[in-house]
Amino acid sequence: MLQLYGKIFKTGVLTEKVPKLAKPGISATEREEPIEQVGQALKVVVDKRFRGSLAIRQVDAGSCNGCELEIHALNNVYYDVERFGVHFVASPRHADVLMVTGPVSRHMEAALKRTYAATADPKWVIAVGDCGACGGEFGVSYASCGAVSNVIPVDLAVPGCPPTPLALLQGLLSLCGRL
Amino acid sequence: MSVESLTSLRLKLAAQDIDNRSSVPCALPPATVLQIDARDWGKAAETAKSEHWRWAGVWADDRGFDLTVNACLEHRGTYLILRTTLAPERASLPSHAPYYWAADRPERHIQDLFGVRFEDHPDPRRWIRHRAWDEGVHPLRKEFPAAGSNAEETPPDRDYPFLKAQGASVYEIPVGPVHAGIIEPGHFRFQAVGETVLHLEERLGYVHKGIEKIAEGRDPDGLARLAGRVSGDTTVGHAWAACMAMERAAGIEIPLRAAYLRGILAERERVINHLWDLGALCNDVGFAFGYYQFGRLREQWLRENQVHFGHRLLMDRIVPGGARVDITPATAKAMHRSITALRVELDELLTLLDANSSLEDRFLNAGILSTELAAALGALGFVGRASGQTFDTRRDAPYPPYDRLKVSVPTESQGDVSSRFWVRYKELRAGLRLLGDLLEGMPEGERVARWQVPAEGAEGFAAIEGWRGEILCFVRFGSDNAIRRYWPRDPSVINWPALEKLILGNIVPDFPVCNKSVNGSYSGHDL
Repeated sequence: MLQLYGKIFKTGVLTEKVPKLAKPGISATEREEPIEQVGQALKVVVDKRFRGSLAIRQVDAGSCNGCELEIHALNNVYYDVERFGVHFVASPRHADVLMVTGPVSRHMEAALKRTYAATADPKWVIAVGDCGACGGEFGVSYASCGAVSNVIPVDLAVPGCPPTPLALLQGLLSLCGRL
Repeated sequence: MSVESLTSLRLKLAAQDIDNRSSVPCALPPATVLQIDARDWGKAAETAKSEHWRWAGVWADDRGFDLTVNACLEHRGTYLILRTTLAPERASLPSHAPYYWAADRPERHIQDLFGVRFEDHPDPRRWIRHRAWDEGVHPLRKEFPAAGSNAEETPPDRDYPFLKAQGASVYEIPVGPVHAGIIEPGHFRFQAVGETVLHLEERLGYVHKGIEKIAEGRDPDGLARLAGRVSGDTTVGHAWAACMAMERAAGIEIPLRAAYLRGILAERERVINHLWDLGALCNDVGFAFGYYQFGRLREQWLRENQVHFGHRLLMDRIVPGGARVDITPATAKAMHRSITALRVELDELLTLLDANSSLEDRFLNAGILSTELAAALGALGFVGRASGQTFDTRRDAPYPPYDRLKVSVPTESQGDVSSRFWVRYKELRAGLRLLGDLLEGMPEGERVARWQVPAEGAEGFAAIEGWRGEILCFVRFGSDNAIRRYWPRDPSVINWPALEKLILGNIVPDFPVCNKSVNGSYSGHDL
């Protein structure tokens, strides 16, 4: 047990003091500073509009799972999205925002509509990833409805294949900023 | 590779009067193709089973004038493809499922998408077909348009005939397709008494988005992009398999440097996914420390991917003919440093995890997949290796660059969640060693070979070891460099049924950790 605490103390708090990557040639959006800035700006809006707590229900409506991996990354110690008042919930009944990924497969069409119906008003929908935004690599086919907006109303699309955690944070901020 | 096992099987087949002509020149090297008469299809599988061949996959191909069905078998690193030809209008074939458990759902997949009837199949229910297209309509037939002819709205699939358990105190728990976490959709139907699971039935197919159909007509670059999205966490694995199959069809040798670059990308993918799974398994039993530590290490490697290769998950880094990215000496040095750093971290975490009795309490003896069941199913990757199955494509049917490297394949024999956890840990360590060797031995040279348009009808087959296990791929070209058939087989297709067995007798609350320990891809299964 002492060893475990030792490891925790040695690891320290990575969240607040984000280490800079020493490598040159990385784009400005991938540097660490914006996470803090975007996050803080987001927190201000979440505090004001959502009384400090924005609940997101994530729905995979047919994605390849790439977007899910990056949405998960929002919860790791570097991004720790909960500190900005944003948290992921288990039921659409608890959610303010639906974060939908994938081209909507036809087999998920009904489930997505029902999830949307089960989310209490006021509610917002973010379509995540190129597939969610416009159908991406899959488009519309006998098995796919394409973009999320073809199935339920979408308030904001965050493109990228998959979008980085930072892009997701910026998306959340721009949605909240509009409210 | 063992030629003897193939000779022995062919003698056995001949002894039973089963005609088995091999095509010369070989149609799908290095696999051998045997043409089997449709009426002998079942008997051929029975014979192969008695000779201990592993059943690896089945695909159909509508060539316009006829329909072929191909079953892939493997024995000691030798791949064998049984091929039979059917008339499209009355396509019917003896099933392999009575002999091979793993053939059950893949055959139903073909039944739904091609309209091939499998005689003597133990389970006639539909599988991948919900309601997106009409019964009696088969989307993978060539005359079916990729756009389909869909109704305004796809009705929900309400009438799937699940198996029902009856009796005092037996109750049913339906879960999904929308789950309570950030996870892909699928449906699980539990029959339980108290907390104990009596029966679990999976209902997948929710993320079926027609990948096999929309691949048709794409050029090689387009197919590589699509293959990279068969399963988001295996983007390197599937893109590599698709590119290798296309390169074999076109008769292209990729430069050795390209093979090494692909190896580095694939091993990085393995390391990153294992880190994620180790963390997620800790999280599923409430051990937040492990979740955060492994998540931290994973994020560091994802950021390195962005720096070195321009993409966190490495999508579109493998292209037909080679690799899109290169490694400079400075990059190699930086990667060596991060390998060393990760080793130190893992050493430290090893003692902490090992000493944690609460972790042991939840992992040990949970979700046991016996060695016998794993062998019967032909379980792949860490699921198979945690239950004593040693097959690894990189070692047993090696391809460049692994034919020049020593690949160690760790196994465990207990088959529980703990075994699957520790096999992942050991594979992660082995992956780091391989990465070091790949960086050391990287030859100079080009990173892409010039593409040559393959002849019309050219076919290619590939088997590579993705992070979940063996990935198979088949492609056939039409004229003008366009794909006419693309068949990828994710290891999840084989491993999903294992979950139904290993959960039996466990308590319902242990399902999440048992599920995570198998970690099947939904997208890679549903396609």
